[in-house]
Amino acid sequence: MSGNNNDNWLLRVRNLTKIYGEPDENTLNLTGPEYNSNICPATESIVACADISFDLYPGEVLGIVGESGSGKSTVVRLLHFDMEATAGAAWLRPYADGGINILQESGQKKRFIRNYLMGMVYQNPRDGLNFRFSSGGNIAEKLIMAGNFHVGSIRDRASMLLEKTEVPVRRMDDRPSSFSGGMQQRVQIAKAIANNPPLLFLDEVTTGLDVSVQAKVLDLIRELQQDLGIAMIVVSHDLSVIRMLSDRTIVLKNGRIVESGLTDQILQDPQHAYSQLLVSSLL
Amino acid sequence: MIANKKYTNTFNFAFIDEATKKEIRRKLLKAVAIPGYQVPYSSPEMPVSRGWGTGGLHVTLAVIGREDIFKIIDQGSDASVNACNLREFVQRMTGCRTTFDTTEATLIQSRHRITEEELNERQLFIFQVPQPEPLRGVERYENRTRQMHGEADYARMWVSLYESFVRYGDIMLGAGYPVKVNDRYIMAPSPIPRWDVPNLHQSKALFLFGAGREKRLYAVPPHTRVEPLEFEDVKFNIENFSGSSCSRTGYKKAFLDELYLDDGSKHHVINDSNFLDKLSEKAEAKQHSNKYLNQLGA
Amino acid sequence: MNILEINDLSKLFRLHILNNKKIEGLRNIHFSMKEGEVVGLTGKSGSGKSSLMKCIYRTYLATSGEILYASEAGVIDLVKADDHAIIALRKNEITYCSQFLSVIPRVPAVDVVCERLFRVEKDKNEARRQAKDMLRDLGLPLELWDAFPVTFSGGEQQRINVARAIISRPRVLLIDEPTASLDARTKDVVIDMILQLKKQGTSVLCISHDEYTLERLVDRRLNLQHGQIAGAALA
Repeated sequence: MSGNNNDNWLLRVRNLTKIYGEPDENTLNLTGPEYNSNICPATESIVACADISFDLYPGEVLGIVGESGSGKSTVVRLLHFDMEATAGAAWLRPYADGGINILQESGQKKRFIRNYLMGMVYQNPRDGLNFRFSSGGNIAEKLIMAGNFHVGSIRDRASMLLEKTEVPVRRMDDRPSSFSGGMQQRVQIAKAIANNPPLLFLDEVTTGLDVSVQAKVLDLIRELQQDLGIAMIVVSHDLSVIRMLSDRTIVLKNGRIVESGLTDQILQDPQHAYSQLLVSSLL
Repeated sequence: MIANKKYTNTFNFAFIDEATKKEIRRKLLKAVAIPGYQVPYSSPEMPVSRGWGTGGLHVTLAVIGREDIFKIIDQGSDASVNACNLREFVQRMTGCRTTFDTTEATLIQSRHRITEEELNERQLFIFQVPQPEPLRGVERYENRTRQMHGEADYARMWVSLYESFVRYGDIMLGAGYPVKVNDRYIMAPSPIPRWDVPNLHQSKALFLFGAGREKRLYAVPPHTRVEPLEFEDVKFNIENFSGSSCSRTGYKKAFLDELYLDDGSKHHVINDSNFLDKLSEKAEAKQHSNKYLNQLGA
Repeated sequence: MNILEINDLSKLFRLHILNNKKIEGLRNIHFSMKEGEVVGLTGKSGSGKSSLMKCIYRTYLATSGEILYASEAGVIDLVKADDHAIIALRKNEITYCSQFLSVIPRVPAVDVVCERLFRVEKDKNEARRQAKDMLRDLGLPLELWDAFPVTFSGGEQQRINVARAIISRPRVLLIDEPTASLDARTKDVVIDMILQLKKQGTSVLCISHDEYTLERLVDRRLNLQHGQIAGAALA
């Protein structure tokens, strides 16, 4: 007896693939970590990621680590419907009890899933926020998309979220352009969790921030994870961020998974050559 | 020599050639079938520049018949320069009767106002529209606004109303308050004052909208739900003229213009010139009724 | 009842980046532990004690063999179990206390200690109260309770490390050098705390060099030499 619930997953991803260009039947065989390349020599199509499969359980944090070109951002962007997948399937338990492949749903249904069941925080706040609206307005957008049309309660909830992410509430009506980078990220986080989604994507959210600011954002994420129990997928090239946040990790190289396992195991007993290289390069 | 049919002295009835009229009519039928949905159309060349009422003119000329009685107003006035020019043009191209009287007209073309007097089921009301896309203020790109309409993804519109409320204390200060038609599409009712917006709702007349420069037609069929966008706790309201009345007739419950005379004194006058004339002559004039007006009392 | 049964466990490290160099960590380990036992793991540095513990905790992937653990849901082979099962076990049943405190930045000492309690004890104040009691018993000065452990001395960090592991009252406690760098009085406090856990039913596997600790704490010893069992001896 294995003693675990194999069917208790929150998100199940199988064979997620994204290829740019016009691949042929050999493209996947001629690219990948063994070839050290994403580009198919015959067709010049680019394999951003291929055959990505994993399960995410409720409340778990999955880290995706890899260097540039590894495809880690591609994976979350595909799952967040920012891009169309070339192949593969994904199922989300809270949606149709996990029975429907969300990657093939209609635009309207995808929007429903995005609004109610997912949150996304981008590396660049301009990707996740509308700089023409106030910070409260950005949060309001998510709340309105979920069917809340009461200004009073929208403002209450926005204030509460800003407080939770340690953004001064008196700046609720200010535009994010007047905020520092760290505060912009925190507004993004507030917006992402506005509808209490069961799943949160974090794409290189601290890359490019000053160290002390980075620390504050990471603390916030840890606290939110403890308080709200949201399942998260954390993408980073920085192993120390992964170490701090995630229970499990998958290592990507040239668009493929080279290793996956418990975070401490990947960091202390990496099996694959590339994982060993990454870990030994930790400053 | 090939006879040049286009530039001969005699014009086709209503100026536009029959094939183009057919196209415009077909597009209008589609617009009526999908209330509030913007239908692209050919927007043929007119002797009037774009931005001067070509859209309204296209619709009028496509649907007008010999028996029609035509009225045209510009910001409520039958006598303004542009209204006069367009009236003369239509009259010359069609030979139809023209009138200033709202109840007499069968076809009313208007720039930026709905008449104060009630409309009936025999009438067509045609709007000249500068910007048919209500989402243009929040989204620059046409392909994205089309997608937003298609998926009923109006969140950004709502956020801009929220922002306006937060910043200025009111949902929207200007003209052209966005409305939801038949519970589906958000529509730009052309820059009519808030005063007129409730009169789109469940009207007996057919409303047609033409935007010549942007090349779009849309429509609100009779007895259709047209609801101004409002929050549960921040509601739509019409302009407040309390304390003012028309200096010529003493009437309070109409949309008033503010006038400054040479001596510096401020007066209010009813904007709708035909309605003003009728009240001045103590003639019969039945006004629209809607829940906002009814709340005003006497 | 055997809470832990290790059969023919081996661990071979393959270092690809050092030209595929192979290092043997553990060879043919056979060992079992009863529920409620305290077993001491002894041996020279490099003999494989930490490796064995990490294999049980799944930080290391065993190369071959099995580790049968009698969890609350039934017997499970920790070597082959999938990640989610291990995460659940680590959360609820098995705690590992490493030799050094792995510092979580910017978390005050009190919160570091009761972090695991936060998951079960919804009332944070109650959790903090328990943590403070423990820190008081361990002799950690009051002014340090809200400070960040990154600046503490080795002994102070060790006390927090141990407190953190003990407070959650796990079914199995894997603890590596709990009394190193502690003075005699604190050593006794820690040993008493672990014995208290044992009384409550916790099974403990403890690595130690310190004869005094082993004498007081363990029921029996397991001696490792060069990755193999040298001979089991009663304490």
